[in-house]
Amino acid sequence: MDNVVIHAEALSKRYRIGQREAPSGQLREVLGRALRSPLSVFRRPARETFWALKDASLEVRQGEVLGLIGRNGAGKTTLLKILSRITRPTSGWAEIRGNVGSLLEVGTGFHPDLTGRENTYLSGAILGMRKREIDRKFDEIVAFAELKKFIDTQVKHYSSGMYVRLAFAVAAHLEPEILLVDEVLAVGDIKFQKKCLGKMGDVARAGRTIVLVSHQLNQIRRLCQRVLWIDGGEIRRSGSTAEVVSAYEKEMLSSDALTQKGSVCGKAHFLKWWILDSEGNPTHLLSTGEELRMQFLLKINQPVHGLYHDIQLYDQNRQLLWGNAIPGVFLEPGLYVCDHMLPKLPLRPGLYTWRVTLWDGGETVADWDSIPEMHVATAPVAHPLDEKAGILNIPSECRISPCTTPIPPSRDR
Amino acid sequence: MASLSTHPALAENTTPLARTAVAVRIEPPRGWLEVRLREIWQYRELLYFFVWRDVKIRYKQTVIGVAWVVLQPLLTMAVFTLFFGRLAKLPSQGLPYSVFYFAALVPWTYFSTSLQYATSIVVENQRVITKVYFPRLILPVSAVLSGLVDFSIGFVALAGVTLGYGLRPGIAALWLPVLLLLAVATALGVGLWLSALNALYRDVRYVMPFLVQFWMLASPVAYPSTLVPERWRWLYGLNPMTGVIEGFRWALTGHGQAPGAVMLASAAMVTVVLIGGLLFFQRMETTVADLV
Repeated sequence: MDNVVIHAEALSKRYRIGQREAPSGQLREVLGRALRSPLSVFRRPARETFWALKDASLEVRQGEVLGLIGRNGAGKTTLLKILSRITRPTSGWAEIRGNVGSLLEVGTGFHPDLTGRENTYLSGAILGMRKREIDRKFDEIVAFAELKKFIDTQVKHYSSGMYVRLAFAVAAHLEPEILLVDEVLAVGDIKFQKKCLGKMGDVARAGRTIVLVSHQLNQIRRLCQRVLWIDGGEIRRSGSTAEVVSAYEKEMLSSDALTQKGSVCGKAHFLKWWILDSEGNPTHLLSTGEELRMQFLLKINQPVHGLYHDIQLYDQNRQLLWGNAIPGVFLEPGLYVCDHMLPKLPLRPGLYTWRVTLWDGGETVADWDSIPEMHVATAPVAHPLDEKAGILNIPSECRISPCTTPIPPSRDR
Repeated sequence: MASLSTHPALAENTTPLARTAVAVRIEPPRGWLEVRLREIWQYRELLYFFVWRDVKIRYKQTVIGVAWVVLQPLLTMAVFTLFFGRLAKLPSQGLPYSVFYFAALVPWTYFSTSLQYATSIVVENQRVITKVYFPRLILPVSAVLSGLVDFSIGFVALAGVTLGYGLRPGIAALWLPVLLLLAVATALGVGLWLSALNALYRDVRYVMPFLVQFWMLASPVAYPSTLVPERWRWLYGLNPMTGVIEGFRWALTGHGQAPGAVMLASAAMVTVVLIGGLLFFQRMETTVADLV
């Protein structure tokens, strides 16, 4: 076919577990080994390996918008990284016709000491724009980010909202023939997300090819014509959006999904979960910083007595953020709703998992990770630099004024 | 708010695919010989932006800013003049001590700072490296190029000092670009090795201060190379900075040693180091995004 722009044949990528830490700072070890047996330097130490991607073959035609779905760690990002040439495959090959732009992060190449204007040029160039192109689009980018007044301010003085808006605006004006996008739309507030989504739709209509990774199946439905479902590093299913997304959803929502874990005895199952929004509609999206009401659907098969109901909140790195136990659960067989009322959650935008369990001290009766994940899309109000923002998203104010009152004596011993 | 549905830029930008039908092939790394220099040319604008960023950021938040470029070698010159010149009374090839030392320190400062930038630049840019593709080679190249901005300023000061002492460079000054090129090639060649090694072993960071100091003592910065015994000269000449520094003194003032066999040895040495560095760096490049 003439209009195939991405052709991949049996792409595979193997990582060595622990590879990320091992090489740095271990010169001593290498030298030590070299002294003991000089040839061993050329032998790789045997390490456990795993295939992040296995035998992935695909074709994408010009103008097509292809969605990649699958759970975390399924290999979606690895596939994008190979196609964008950030990393090389271990085996297999791919051929790409046309220039490629990849958007794996918001604000790639931003430097805090540079102004908004300078960062626009720097980030634009790193993402693959020509200087002429940035010159031409500059006003449009600034207008899109709604930052006209602050464009000559150093980015480190930006609020995080401003930072994300500028970063997005640069990215949204990237117009390569093939655009590879990884989940970047999962940050930023919902209004700006919509704006970017609209822009991406425009890009797609202009005949450009897009490969998009997203956990938000609504986005996938809206933008993609075709979807690949990746599971455990392999392409599990490929086809029209409606078909693949609904198959994926079906598995994610079915009670015997893969995340059902532990020694589960069959007395009880968690089936579904949702957030009730202010109008009483079920959703998995948290877009306001308001109080929150969450419901978990629980099916009891055999009577249970004096159980604990645990609830835990995890972030994407499986860091436990909060947990609680509710004692004294007595239930007869039937369908129940566990209704959790929470104050507003100071979470940074991103994906989170609720884990709910039923246990009786010794035995776990039911243990379930919420599927799909909870998607938080509130406006980020923490530090604009990711590495300094921490995990909480707490609105705060600071005023600095001259010290007029006498300083109270310190009471240290 | 800008309207989203109508972007005139989009329409006019739509390029027919036929124009860019060059296919890029993605394959597993294949071996040692895979240097793609043409790609560097394609990415020259990004190279320019990296240089521009380094220059912009270098003296941000310093009080006297770019004055450091001149002040650093000037202060070292003062110290050398006092200790090596006035106290140790080392020979200076008939030159005033300040000219003798300054003429060495300007190229030396370029070399040592560029080498250090180049060594750390891959590790410092690990975030970008794991998020977007570009030929990684342009990082160390940008490091040695951005040092040239500092060098030019230092060089103007050097020319001022030389003329101030009434020394007039002759036709020998035409050698300066060649000598500078040799310094750039040396910094790049060694920088390629070290930045690749640094990405693999962070030990390099701790070796650097020692290496730079040792290298300075092994170059005729604080003393003339005539101090080195004749039979060891050839070995001494294998250090490319020997040729560069002696050459600078000679080209600017007409005093000292004209580039000769030493220069040829230096150039040969640099070529070997540079080609080896390119291969080693490209070898590392294929896996760097998985490593840093």
